[in-house]
Amino acid sequence: MSYIAKSPWVIHYDGSSCNGCDIEVLACLTPMYDVERFGIINTGNPKHADVFLVTGSVNEQNKDVVKQIYEQMPEPKVVVAVGICACSAGIFKQCYNIMGGVDSVIPVDVYVPGCAARPEAIIDGVVKGLAVLQEKRDNMKKLGISEEKTEEGGEN
Amino acid sequence: MGKKTIIPFGPQHPVLPEPVHIDLVVEDETVVEAIPSIGFIHRGLEKLVEKRDYTQMVYVIERICGICSFGHGWGAASAIEGAMNVKVPERAEYLRTILHELSRLHSHLLWLGLLADAFGFESLFMHCWRIRETILDILEKTTGGRVIFSICKVGGLRKDIDNETLREISETLEGIKAELKDITTVFIEDDSVKNRLCGVGVLSKEDAIELCAVGPVARGSGVGQDMRMTDNHGVYKDLDFEPVVEEAGDCYARCKVRIGEVFQSIELIKKAVDKIPDGPVDVPVKGNVEGEYMVRLEQPRGEAYYYAKGAGTKFLQRMRVRTPTNMNIPALVKILQGCDLADVPMMVLTIDPCISCTER
Repeated sequence: MSYIAKSPWVIHYDGSSCNGCDIEVLACLTPMYDVERFGIINTGNPKHADVFLVTGSVNEQNKDVVKQIYEQMPEPKVVVAVGICACSAGIFKQCYNIMGGVDSVIPVDVYVPGCAARPEAIIDGVVKGLAVLQEKRDNMKKLGISEEKTEEGGEN
Repeated sequence: MGKKTIIPFGPQHPVLPEPVHIDLVVEDETVVEAIPSIGFIHRGLEKLVEKRDYTQMVYVIERICGICSFGHGWGAASAIEGAMNVKVPERAEYLRTILHELSRLHSHLLWLGLLADAFGFESLFMHCWRIRETILDILEKTTGGRVIFSICKVGGLRKDIDNETLREISETLEGIKAELKDITTVFIEDDSVKNRLCGVGVLSKEDAIELCAVGPVARGSGVGQDMRMTDNHGVYKDLDFEPVVEEAGDCYARCKVRIGEVFQSIELIKKAVDKIPDGPVDVPVKGNVEGEYMVRLEQPRGEAYYYAKGAGTKFLQRMRVRTPTNMNIPALVKILQGCDLADVPMMVLTIDPCISCTER
C-alpha cells in the first residue's frame, strides 16, 4: 500500500442493481470494515473522485448518467464494477431492459464478482484499482501531462 | 413572490444510495411542486418468467431488492405454493418468520443510519451500521449470505437452523438491546434531531388513506394497517402481534414507528424461538403450477403483493409484484408540496424509498 500518494476518494453510482451491492459498498465505509483507514472517503461529487464504483448493469435510461459521471471525473481515474450485474448483467442477463455489464458503456479496470459482492471483495477490488490508478498517474507523468491541468480541463 | 425555478434532485445525489429523479419546482426556498421521474433501475424481471422455471423464479424475485430480499423470496415462494396447494411444515413457517423479522431489523437499522446521515449526524450513522453488522453476522451464520440469502424455496427452506443456534440468536438480540436503546434515545430525545424532524412533512390520516400509503408511512399517520395482523403469512397469529402506530404523521412519527418496530421485531423473534416446533423444514414439491394465487405480506417498507399464475407447464404465465415504495410515492409528492428545499432529503428518506423495488 506504500504506493498510495494521496487519499483516493470514491464515488458510487447504482446502475440497475438490486441494492444488495450498494448497501455492501456503504457497509465498507462503516466501522466493521472501515475503508477510511486507507484514506478512502465516499464523495457525492464526481469532480472530487478518483475511483468510480458502479453497481448493477446499465440500461437505456441510465447509460447517459453513468457516462456523464465518468466524463466529469478528472484524470487519472479508475472504474470498479462491483457485483456480477455490473460485470456481466448476472441473473438479469435476459431481461429486456438490460444492455449488459458496465463495460458496454465505459471502460472498466477492475471487476468484483459476487451476488452480492462481499465488503472484503469490494475493498480488495478498490485496492487493486489503486494500483491501476498509480500506473495511470505514472503514464501521465511520462507523457508530461500534469494532473492539475487535466482537472482544470475536465471542469471546462 | 420569487420566480419559479426547477432544481433537479438526483439521480446521482449524495443522500440517495439509489437513483431517483425529482424535479423540484421552487419559489424562493419553498417547493411548490415535485415531479418524480423513475425508470433508472427498471430491469423488467417479471418478464423473466418466460425464461426461468418456477423454482428458479423465487431466486429472481428475491433479487428485486437487496434490503428486503428475504420477504420477496418468501412472497414469491408462498404465491407459488398457494397455487400448487403445497402445505409448508410449521417449523419452516416459524423459521421464515424469524428470518423475515431479522431482515426487518437490519432494514430499519440501515434506514436509521441513512436518516442520521441525511441530517448530518455522521457518528450516529456509523453507530447504527455498527449494530446492524451484528444482525448481518447472524444472517450470514444461518443462511450463508449477508444480504441475498436464497434460503427460501418452493416447499419450505433450503436448510434448517438448529435450536441451539436459535437460542444463541435470541441471546445476541437481547444483548444488543441496551446499545439500541442508547442510539434510539438520540433519535427520540436529541433537540437537534427533533428540530429537523418534528412537524416536517406532515401527512394527515385522511391523506394517508386517500393516497393508499402503506407500511410505516401509513402507521406514522395513525392508520393501523399491517399485513402481519392478518393470518395469511407466517406465524404472527401465535405471537400476539400488535402494530406500532403513531398519530402525528410527520417525519418524527415515521421515525418513531420504525424505532418501535425494531424493538418489536426483537420480541417477536424471541417469542418465535421459544415456541418453534420440531420437524422437517421442507416438503417435496412435484408437478407444475396450475391456477393462480395472490399473497400479501408486510415488508419492512409496507405491504407487498405477489401474484402467480401458471397453466400446467414448468414456466409460469405471469408473476406480478406490487411493492410498498410504489404506493408511497404519491404520499411523498403530496408532502413535498410547500416544504422547505432543505427538508427535501429528509422527506424523501422518511418514506424509506426503495427504488429497486419500485421499478423492478
